[in-house]
Amino acid sequence: MKQARKGKVVRYNKWGYIFLIPFVVVYLMFSLIPLISTVYNSFFENYRSGLTQVGPHFVGFENFKTILTNGDLLTYTKNTLIMWIMGFIPQIILSLLLGSWFSDPSLRLKGQRFFKTVIYLPNLIMASAFSMLFFTLFSDGGPINSMLMQYFGMAAPFKFMSNVWSVRSLVAFMNMIMWFGNTTILLMAGMMGIDTSLFEAAQVDGATATQVFWQITLPLLRPILVYVMITSLIGGLQMFDVPQILTNGTGDPMRSSMTLIMYLNKHLYSKNYGMGGALSVFLFIITGVLSLIVYRFSNKKE
Amino acid sequence: MRASSAQDPNKGLGIKARRALSYIVLAIVSFLCLFWFYVLFINATRSNAELTRGFTLVPSKNLIKNLTNVMTGTQPVLTGLINSLIIAGCSAALSTYFSTMTAYAIHAYDFKIKKFMFTFILMVMMIPTQVTALGFIQLVSKMKLEDSFIPLIVPTIAAPVTFFYMKQYMESNLPLSLLEAARIDGSGEFRTFNTIVLPLMKPAIAVQAIFTFVSSWNNYFTPALILHADKKKTLPILIAQLRSADFLKFDMGQVYAMIAFSIFPVIVVYLFLSKFIVQGVALGGVKG
Repeated sequence: MKQARKGKVVRYNKWGYIFLIPFVVVYLMFSLIPLISTVYNSFFENYRSGLTQVGPHFVGFENFKTILTNGDLLTYTKNTLIMWIMGFIPQIILSLLLGSWFSDPSLRLKGQRFFKTVIYLPNLIMASAFSMLFFTLFSDGGPINSMLMQYFGMAAPFKFMSNVWSVRSLVAFMNMIMWFGNTTILLMAGMMGIDTSLFEAAQVDGATATQVFWQITLPLLRPILVYVMITSLIGGLQMFDVPQILTNGTGDPMRSSMTLIMYLNKHLYSKNYGMGGALSVFLFIITGVLSLIVYRFSNKKE
Repeated sequence: MRASSAQDPNKGLGIKARRALSYIVLAIVSFLCLFWFYVLFINATRSNAELTRGFTLVPSKNLIKNLTNVMTGTQPVLTGLINSLIIAGCSAALSTYFSTMTAYAIHAYDFKIKKFMFTFILMVMMIPTQVTALGFIQLVSKMKLEDSFIPLIVPTIAAPVTFFYMKQYMESNLPLSLLEAARIDGSGEFRTFNTIVLPLMKPAIAVQAIFTFVSSWNNYFTPALILHADKKKTLPILIAQLRSADFLKFDMGQVYAMIAFSIFPVIVVYLFLSKFIVQGVALGGVKG
């Protein structure tokens, strides 16, 4: 009897394997094999120069040496990080502010549904179309410039697209607008999870709202803040659509808004698979380390 | 004490003042979110001649004309729309169905590599697709699948983020006793999954279907590497082409109409579904 039941359980549990088959097959085929062949490619010299195909020849770590020493990687990493930080700092401040207001019961804000709907909206917009929209709006003869001249008395249009910091600011601003709603909702969920008796006790003790925020909300929110920051950094390293469309893939002026993925995209288009592979491995290692931190954090919480 | 002195500027702020402040900030933020789309809408309704005359806040009457110009123009916009719809729709359906299945396997059964699989999926969750793009396009060209939608649809079957969301949802909404009861009634495992588990998972499936649809609809990086024939291109690729074409030659009314054409459908759908979406983000994020 006992034997029979055990057999039955085992028979059920084989379905665990069966239901995993689609995931495993697709993952192996479209993610793991490509990952391995990307790494494999990084050890070969393999590019097109005009009409002649060079390689593939095995060159060991030559590609890595090249990308690490020719300076491009450093510049593009710097660009990516600068634009990420410029977008992330206002984003996290705004999200903390809005999140604490939304989750504060004593404030009784009206129209919360409306505001949440509005701030999340830009997240769903096609980044490439949004970027194209900004390009037309901020172009030399575009509506923003005509507004500046009509209402603010500027004599000549401001050339947004030829100034290093205005292009970077536009990219950062678009990223901020697209992501702060998402961050707000995540932080708010975290704030709602804090034991309300803590707030009540603080109120009884006569703490102001600002004190409550700095001394109760913020410390208790730290795990979620770290999570938000690292996932945002991983997302920031993938920055592509917005600067690619805004600058038409050039990263101009003078490649100051060229991001790492735009660089990778360039190698993929010109079929320089050796360098592209080395760059991918570099990105894989960085995002891998960051993911590991996220993984450690979300495990610690439970 | 040190901390309290840092907050002095706000110390005297009463509840009314704080409420007023938060409404002001919320109004500014909402303006920053909506302004661009308002300008887009206004400009999409104006003709090229009107647009060169500067900016106004009132719409004009040329929306239909601009849209028909876009449809009949050189860019294959209508096929782009259909291609985007096919890819995003199929991705959403396949991704949610199979991610629910994967989550069910981990949730409902006990087997040797269960723990390993779960940890593995969580570890690879954050790895960006761009990192494996090189190997991916080589694989696609070896399989002769360039200009096909398959490499854009099928890989969404293995979606770690969707899987994780489904797993979280199952933990609080899918009691194992229910599955036991189904077994006693003689329901096969596959049938139980399709007729009992899937209907129970509907809310989670709806949320994830929306997210998968939108991210596939908006995706530019991978489709641009795989789809080269004009007839196969999706909307984001057409937007990029619009950007790289010589800009001043264009009828600007048409440019705005084209951007509006790729943005507004999503906004309209979002306004209907916003309740689920905003809740869904919060639900998925708490445990992160």
